[in-house]
Amino acid sequence: MYRYDEFDHEFVKARVAQFSDQVQRRLVGEITEDQFRPLRLMNGVYLQLHAYMLRIAVPYGTLNSKQLRMLGHIARKYDKGYGHFTTRQNIQFNWPALSDMPAILTDLASVEMHAIQTSGNCIRNVTADHFAGAAADEVADPRPYAEILRQWSSVHPEFSYLPRKFKIAVTGAERDRAAIQTHDIGLHLKKNADGQLGFAVYVGGGQGRTPMVAKKIRDFLPEEHLLSYCTAILRVYNLYGRRDNKYKARIKILVHETGTEEITRQVEAEWEALKDGELKLPEADIKAIDAYFAPPALLDRPEGDDAVKLARLDSRSFSEWLDQNAVTHRHPDYAAITISLKGIGEVPGDATAEQMEAVADIAEKYAFDELRVSHEQNLILPHVARADLKAVYDALVEIGLATANSNLITDIIACPGLDYCALANARSISVAQDISRRFASLERQRDIGELKLKISGCINACGHHHVGHIGILGVEKKGSELYQVTLGGSADENTSVGDIVGRGFEPEEITDAIEKIVDTYLAIRLDPSEKFIDTYRRIGLAPFKEALYAGETKAA
Amino acid sequence: MKILTGNRLTDGEAVWYGNGAWLETIDKADLADDKAAEERLEAIGAAALANNVAIDINLVDVNVVDGVIEPLRLRERIRAAGPTNRLDLGKQADHGSVPAA
Ligand code: SF4
Repeated sequence: MYRYDEFDHEFVKARVAQFSDQVQRRLVGEITEDQFRPLRLMNGVYLQLHAYMLRIAVPYGTLNSKQLRMLGHIARKYDKGYGHFTTRQNIQFNWPALSDMPAILTDLASVEMHAIQTSGNCIRNVTADHFAGAAADEVADPRPYAEILRQWSSVHPEFSYLPRKFKIAVTGAERDRAAIQTHDIGLHLKKNADGQLGFAVYVGGGQGRTPMVAKKIRDFLPEEHLLSYCTAILRVYNLYGRRDNKYKARIKILVHETGTEEITRQVEAEWEALKDGELKLPEADIKAIDAYFAPPALLDRPEGDDAVKLARLDSRSFSEWLDQNAVTHRHPDYAAITISLKGIGEVPGDATAEQMEAVADIAEKYAFDELRVSHEQNLILPHVARADLKAVYDALVEIGLATANSNLITDIIACPGLDYCALANARSISVAQDISRRFASLERQRDIGELKLKISGCINACGHHHVGHIGILGVEKKGSELYQVTLGGSADENTSVGDIVGRGFEPEEITDAIEKIVDTYLAIRLDPSEKFIDTYRRIGLAPFKEALYAGETKAA
Repeated sequence: MKILTGNRLTDGEAVWYGNGAWLETIDKADLADDKAAEERLEAIGAAALANNVAIDINLVDVNVVDGVIEPLRLRERIRAAGPTNRLDLGKQADHGSVPAA
């Protein structure tokens, strides 16, 4: 994986020193909260309901064992023994004291991590397919480009005060697992007819109060133009993006108001002036970054086939876990594994210090020291020899992380919601836990099949509810929680925004409502191979509305 | 009725103003039931911000039921108790204060 060079080390060290000084000055009262707030936010420190929250960047979701172990250490020493992995592939700690921030950031820097640009109106952590570098279906690892973007966007003077925050996602596969069309810029790495690498470029996707699917503004951008083209997009946005209204300031609004054709024209015109300048990436530079992401030496382990066969016969639960949580690797003797952080009735995305440490050990022993955080709030072991799968499974069972539910209805995305978040209108976690318990039976979950359920505690949509096959949005109505349900959202290569099904549900009603929706799907699907999302796309809202509201007197 | 609340500067702990101090639990918060009392609390809040004692200071609406202070909004009830999914954390664990939710 990428290792800090001298510049990175100096930069992060200098920032830790700078922010430590700012914290000290704040604690002794030399600077006011108004002065300090933007400084702490630039360093990932928020204030939530119960305490400060520290959001730590996990660039493109990639971690090594040492780093995960350090996160476990921070959880234990400075927090209450756990952390929360987020839909931005980051991790958040819920209880750190302001006075401990300098120590935490120093610890993080020792393993090449930081919290810079995890907040504020800048270019945020670049996210990527969590199976990058491992997936059988990718043309190339997208992470070197994410790293190039990270280096370019870190404290970029021109793009540090954008109209609003800015998120970039990259995928290297046709099957989009990075939700690129919900990002400000989505990049799909692919090859053209000549075998040259480049990107399809999408702009103006986003969720929040005004969900928009990104528009493709270029079908193929040769890789060497990555930075000049992104600069052109950011320049157009910086110039014309609205600063008068926070809710209209994201690039999605600019794209929407300007029109795809015109925005494309503006970007292309800007790019024309930039493309052959200093931002053009020399091949040697791309290669140098590529080298950091060289895959581990995956020796042939053909004994894996027999080992898996035997282990399957021996253990049904192993077999089920494998069916659900293993993904085809580009090397036939290996698999990529999803470690579900969605145990039945557990908090989506939470992991204890002990779990982090144990997973770090497993990664070190069986997975070439590589780990990923997925935007679906799970951990990934990208390279595990099939011959070692049973050992990995057994080790995960020990720490309660062997739930076989990847992509099933209990693999729920949920934001922290009103249990932690200062912006929340309603709880998310409790709803997720309740639904998880209701659908605890694996047999039932597997019968239902792939179903992405996503929950947000307010319209900011950190829980991606707009693009859940079933989305749940918590709102506050007359001082109480109410949950609005959307159906038909999707965050893959066929991204769509869900449709609101009707009036909202109270906390006691929401799980029943979800069950009704699922039962309706089961009754009307053509056959078990027709997924929930496909049934919805074929038939639409009507049968679900009918099932949910038929008994109600029709309002005028 | 209203009470004054904020988060302590040094560690972010949710605190309430009562008996001349910033307390870690809600139960002994000073109640304001008229404009003058609210203004008094507001002035105390402004001073606490200026003196770097607490941040994010607000007056919040409460009822007093059987002598127990209950915030109207769920948000404030959760601040006063802790995360509803982790009864082992927050005030409800540290101080045995019972969530009103
Ligand atoms: S969606 Fe709203 S409630 Fe949930 S984490 Fe984001 S801001 Fe907080």
